[in-house]
Amino acid sequence: MSTQISNTIVLLPDQATAKLPKRNYINNEHGLLSWLLTGDHKRIAMLYLISITFFFFIGGAFAGLIRLELLTPAPDLVSSDTYNKFFTMHGIIMIFLFLVPSVPATLGNFFIPIMIGAKDLAFPKINLLSWYLYLIGGTLTLTALVLGGVDTGWTFTTPLSTHYLNTHVITAASAIFIAGFSSIFTGLNFIVTIHRMRAPGMTWFRMPLFCWSNYAASILMVLGTPVLAIAIVLVALERLVGIGVFDPAKGGDPLLFQHLFWFYSHPAVYIMILPGMGVISEVISTFSRKRVFGYTAVAFSSVAIALFGFFVWAHHMFIMGVSNYSALVFSLLTMLVAVPSAIKIFNWAFTLQKGSITFETPMLYAFGFMGLFTIGGLTGVFLGSLGMDIHLTETYFIVAHFHFVMVGGMLMAFLAGIHFWWPKMTGRMYPESLSKLAAVTTFIGFNLTFLPQFILGYLGMPRRYHAYPQEYQVLNVLSTAGATVLGVGYMLPLLYLGWSLKYGAIAGDNPWQATGLEWQIQSPPLTENFVTIPIVDYEAYDYEWLEKKQREEVTTVG
Amino acid sequence: MGISPVLWQFLVKWLHNSALFPAEASTISPYTDALYFFLLLMTVVGMLLVCVLVFTFSIRYRREKHPVATQIEGSTLLEATWTIIPLAIFLVTFVWGALLYFRIYDPPANAMNIYVVGKQWMWKAEHPGGQHEINALHVPAGRPVQLTMISQDVFHSFSIPDFRVKREVIPGRYTTVWFQATDPGTYHIFCTQYCGTQHSGMIGEVTVLTPDDYEKWTRQSTSGMSLAQNGERLFASMGCNACHSGTAAARGPNLAGVYGSKLTLTNGNQVLVNDAYLRDAILNPSEHVTAGFAPIMPTYQGQISEDGLIDLVEYIKNLQTNYRVQQTQMTSESDKAAPQTPTEGTTETVKP
Repeated sequence: MSTQISNTIVLLPDQATAKLPKRNYINNEHGLLSWLLTGDHKRIAMLYLISITFFFFIGGAFAGLIRLELLTPAPDLVSSDTYNKFFTMHGIIMIFLFLVPSVPATLGNFFIPIMIGAKDLAFPKINLLSWYLYLIGGTLTLTALVLGGVDTGWTFTTPLSTHYLNTHVITAASAIFIAGFSSIFTGLNFIVTIHRMRAPGMTWFRMPLFCWSNYAASILMVLGTPVLAIAIVLVALERLVGIGVFDPAKGGDPLLFQHLFWFYSHPAVYIMILPGMGVISEVISTFSRKRVFGYTAVAFSSVAIALFGFFVWAHHMFIMGVSNYSALVFSLLTMLVAVPSAIKIFNWAFTLQKGSITFETPMLYAFGFMGLFTIGGLTGVFLGSLGMDIHLTETYFIVAHFHFVMVGGMLMAFLAGIHFWWPKMTGRMYPESLSKLAAVTTFIGFNLTFLPQFILGYLGMPRRYHAYPQEYQVLNVLSTAGATVLGVGYMLPLLYLGWSLKYGAIAGDNPWQATGLEWQIQSPPLTENFVTIPIVDYEAYDYEWLEKKQREEVTTVG
Repeated sequence: MGISPVLWQFLVKWLHNSALFPAEASTISPYTDALYFFLLLMTVVGMLLVCVLVFTFSIRYRREKHPVATQIEGSTLLEATWTIIPLAIFLVTFVWGALLYFRIYDPPANAMNIYVVGKQWMWKAEHPGGQHEINALHVPAGRPVQLTMISQDVFHSFSIPDFRVKREVIPGRYTTVWFQATDPGTYHIFCTQYCGTQHSGMIGEVTVLTPDDYEKWTRQSTSGMSLAQNGERLFASMGCNACHSGTAAARGPNLAGVYGSKLTLTNGNQVLVNDAYLRDAILNPSEHVTAGFAPIMPTYQGQISEDGLIDLVEYIKNLQTNYRVQQTQMTSESDKAAPQTPTEGTTETVKP
């Protein structure tokens, strides 16, 4: 054994001589138009990255305003209508314009073709179209905001949204309708690409788990999103011409809307979380130098989540007077959908066993994900349990629960992925210690923000309340304090990642010594990804293959 | 419950006093809390397990200690373990939760009924004895109380956290919830479904009184007219009694004693006559025609408020005989048929 084994796997080229590759996808063409009319999946991914970051900070600003208002029990910062617009905007922007496209449209777009050895996605122009649709959706959302906002809540519950509100419901609804198509096209593109464009030798079970989880999410996008579109169109028609599908006075059923809405919006939760789980698989494997424990189980658990995910929607409606028997069925199915997530957590934990673990930033975020997602998932079991749901639903407990899953889970995974692939996307490293600080700050801030909300929820504080009884103040102050820390945690990466674009260390092809195909090419990659189409003759996460390959390279050079 | 009652009381009281836990003020609360503590335990154990695994492996297999990873493909036995054990725990949770759900949503037969109407942004409680309250609800301790609720406009949700009960209040449909309060005192009522501008202002207080105090309150705060009496007036003024007179020749079915019975409709369906059926039959009669009758009843959609409907439902519910219906009808018909021929007295007065 050598004298001193370093505690990092980072292997950077000699900074004195290293340069970014002369030709890569960033400098292949110049000018704004070359970006706006590009068909390159990597450039589109970067366009997405910039736009979702923009919307993330707008959505985050609304979150900040909400927390600021809730610092005191009295409704003193803004009027009730304004507050209602705040949480509506926060929800719409964060869900439809950030979480749904976050990992698939940026990291997925960038890496799925490379991971399976393809030169691009199957339909590059449709890929660009989906970014434009996203932008139109985003612009319409901002229009609704600038014109005076919308206060339906992101759930658009009828008949409130159809008959009782005078805000820009139609504008916001069209925004979601259009952004939905962006998501359908992305999903379609992924499915076709993964089916048809794998490199020779890249069998289904040699694909990185990131591809599996994005594939599962794509199925959900393609099959679920049209139902949201239908629901939204019906709301618009009901509002504009009063067709009466949801209006009890016209023989309609107000609950029907919620069935349609949650038929998409529950699977949407898995659209958001599955790609994040894919990121975690990649990161944990890379930083423990080990194949993911039980590859097949993890791959199939993604598909199982996607399948079961379609049959649990009515668990959002247990107290709405749905029949007892359907409540029973949906509760049982909800319990079943929790199992694949548990399998994944344990498989990741056991990937660490007998590994050779290092703790770079992506790994810290991945650990954060595991902890927070475990809490998020297990508190979901509270809500899936019928009798417990009666007390907990529509309170801050549910707010805390889905923020643990969406923010604690998905956002942590997104940041893990961004840090992990940053060297590949930009060719430069992010600053390591600062980013570790950001990861820890985020974790602490997150827990301080959302753990008190579980207690508030059991105490009974309803969600979407502008004012609340005095006795809930202490916990709300804690939560707001946490949100401040969390805000700092999110600002930091924006700053140092921006800084690293110019000043970061040159990363080289494979700074993490990872096994994926994307790490075997130059960083940033060529526009065509591969000079020659690779032939895959090794399994995913085969570190012995990588070592052998690196040894051979050394001998050829030497 | 496996936990000793003394310890339970201590735990719950201590948590409540430190403002981390709601009061246990209904018979349901301890059942809900038991499941809650079980689930909390599950979460803590699960969390600890994941933490222990991650930390142990991180320490034992960090690169300095364990420079070369040992490749492991997986282990069917281990994976089966962590599939089956969580599944088993989740299934226990499912069964426990389902039992609790039926306990919370199945009212006992002897529950006293109070109607609640939700509207933007207030709760109206209507007691059968004619007490009307806004954003307040008085109930006796130690007696099961059922709330029959409906919304006049959008979705609301009626929640009393200290009782651990909540139910959506839906436009166009009755929903019910019941509870039995244990400790006199006042507790929050929240609307938990986002319902527009003043959503967070749609709050109230439920006051639990001892049975004696409750008697006193009922006597002092009645409006003087019970809901059924209001309903009787409405029944007459809307002209319902013209057809639903209970006579052999009547064009509408006899309503006396109809509540709780099974009816056969013209489309062959068997229905149980309950509050919801009565309400639907008034608003949408053409789809609720009792077998043997012609579909001649007009709709009353838009003509009666939800409060009016509650009065009518309460009236029909308590209608045991048609005696008063026929009396009212005869009076009104005798009014119409009032003799135009002057009586002797009147003739005398017009005499010049």
